[in-house]
Amino acid sequence: MNAHEQFIAFYTILRKEIARFMRIWTQTLLPAVISITLYFIIFGAFIGSQIKPIKGFSYMQFVVPGFIMMAVIQNTYGNVVSSFFGTKFQKSVEELLVSPTPSYVIILGYCCGGMLRGLLIAFLVTATSLIFEPLTIFHPLTTVVFVILTAFLFSLIGLTNAIFAQKFDDINIIPTFVLTPLIYLGGVFYSIELLPNFWQKVSLFNPVLYMVNGFRYGFLGVSDIEVWFALTMLVVFIVIFFVINLIFITRGVGLKS
Amino acid sequence: MPNALNISQLKKSYGSLEALKGISFCVQQGDFFALLGPNGAGKSTTIGIISSLVNKSSGSVEIFGYDIQRQKNIAKKHIGLVPQEFNFSIFEQVMQIVVNQAGYYGIPRKVAVPRAEELLNKLGLWEKRSSVARTLSGGMKRKLMIVRALLHNPQLLILDEPTAGVDVETRREMWDFLTQLNTQGTTIILTTHYLEEAEQLCKNIAIIDHGEIIQNTSMKKLLAQLDHESFIIDTRDEINELQEVEGYSLQKIDNNTIRLDLHKDQNLNNVIAKLSEQDIQIKSMRNKANRLEELFIRLTKK
Repeated sequence: MNAHEQFIAFYTILRKEIARFMRIWTQTLLPAVISITLYFIIFGAFIGSQIKPIKGFSYMQFVVPGFIMMAVIQNTYGNVVSSFFGTKFQKSVEELLVSPTPSYVIILGYCCGGMLRGLLIAFLVTATSLIFEPLTIFHPLTTVVFVILTAFLFSLIGLTNAIFAQKFDDINIIPTFVLTPLIYLGGVFYSIELLPNFWQKVSLFNPVLYMVNGFRYGFLGVSDIEVWFALTMLVVFIVIFFVINLIFITRGVGLKS
Repeated sequence: MPNALNISQLKKSYGSLEALKGISFCVQQGDFFALLGPNGAGKSTTIGIISSLVNKSSGSVEIFGYDIQRQKNIAKKHIGLVPQEFNFSIFEQVMQIVVNQAGYYGIPRKVAVPRAEELLNKLGLWEKRSSVARTLSGGMKRKLMIVRALLHNPQLLILDEPTAGVDVETRREMWDFLTQLNTQGTTIILTTHYLEEAEQLCKNIAIIDHGEIIQNTSMKKLLAQLDHESFIIDTRDEINELQEVEGYSLQKIDNNTIRLDLHKDQNLNNVIAKLSEQDIQIKSMRNKANRLEELFIRLTKK
């Protein structure tokens, strides 16, 4: 396949992915907005008003970037894992496997679909946050880079999960037992400076911490982690998961018998 | 001119189970080839390997001279696959499924849409182009998979039981379509359990059993191996008593039906004459079973 043909294949997958999440928007877009609005109301307005400022910002201002990032992570991951597993379950993944579409185009197609849903959610959640708190963005480029790279990384991880999943239970195990604890303990709700020294060090092993802090730096100009280090970690994780997916899809792991 | 398909020493194992035990056969360009075998014989595994859905354990497969492992992308462009099981998204519309498949082959929508229209019309699916796939009947779903497989103009079309569960009229329609396609130059490989279908459509045949090729020849030569045929004779009037005819095996089934087992060296005219001497008038006569079916059962029972 030449570059133009590969682009057509990529665009076909992307278009199909967008059509899928837009067709079922009440399941793919609306729930995120509702749940994050509840977070804003409960943690931001009700409880947040009783909490003293963190790093010079009100609690509401501090948690908004974390909530946006949480929504992005959950939705990009959820989009790719459910969509790709769905194609495996219905066997329609065979449409791609018999075609000359290269493995990396399949990965990019599905991940860009997941990223678009994540970015759309980010936009909706940010718009919702304006009801509760005026928006301040300290460094727009950092904000955009972190949200895009984080969406890409969790799309890739979602794809890995879908490749290995054999039944519907398998696509819920990672989000429930791995992703949710990592997000909740990844500095969405607090600064790790508030933790005892030991737990601060443990937190550094949580990849979500780097994403949330990098994104928060873009909004507020404050971070628990050095932004360049956070960015480097993000890129390293992306490379690792991209290569893993590339090897799996090319070899047909979880896809071919 | 390379063969449309060359399979050499192809092996596939699932753990300790050897599904393919080193099979070799080839399909010439323009052929209408039947790959037959009982359930679990290795047909679908073979097709899976040819179409990159199953990883082979060893051996080689070439499509029009292109190795499916070393030159997989170009090899894949030559193949259109109609699998045994429905493998499209049941939530998508017919047109979307077909045009998306073209996209996976790098075909732009402006080319794919008119081609899809032509094929959907030919197979009587145009009216259903906006229907969601799950609402189609079984026969329509099979036709949809044929359209989808042909959209990139493959030179080799592989059909894995394409008429399973399809009514007689739709089956005949599909036969006509496939015959026309083959006449226009597309090489076709067909697996089916309807042996009448294989006998009617295919020029050459391979029979696979327990992961081994047990026959690979032309349909004509294979059918020539049949040393006897059984006929069912319907009589115009009721028969009270059927007298034996020397050298022929005749059996009265009921008052209007006789079974005749005829060796290939025997002459049918002689039997008809002998029955006529007994004042038995023949109303109609037909093969008891399909000829290929008789051979198939014999070969795979060994």
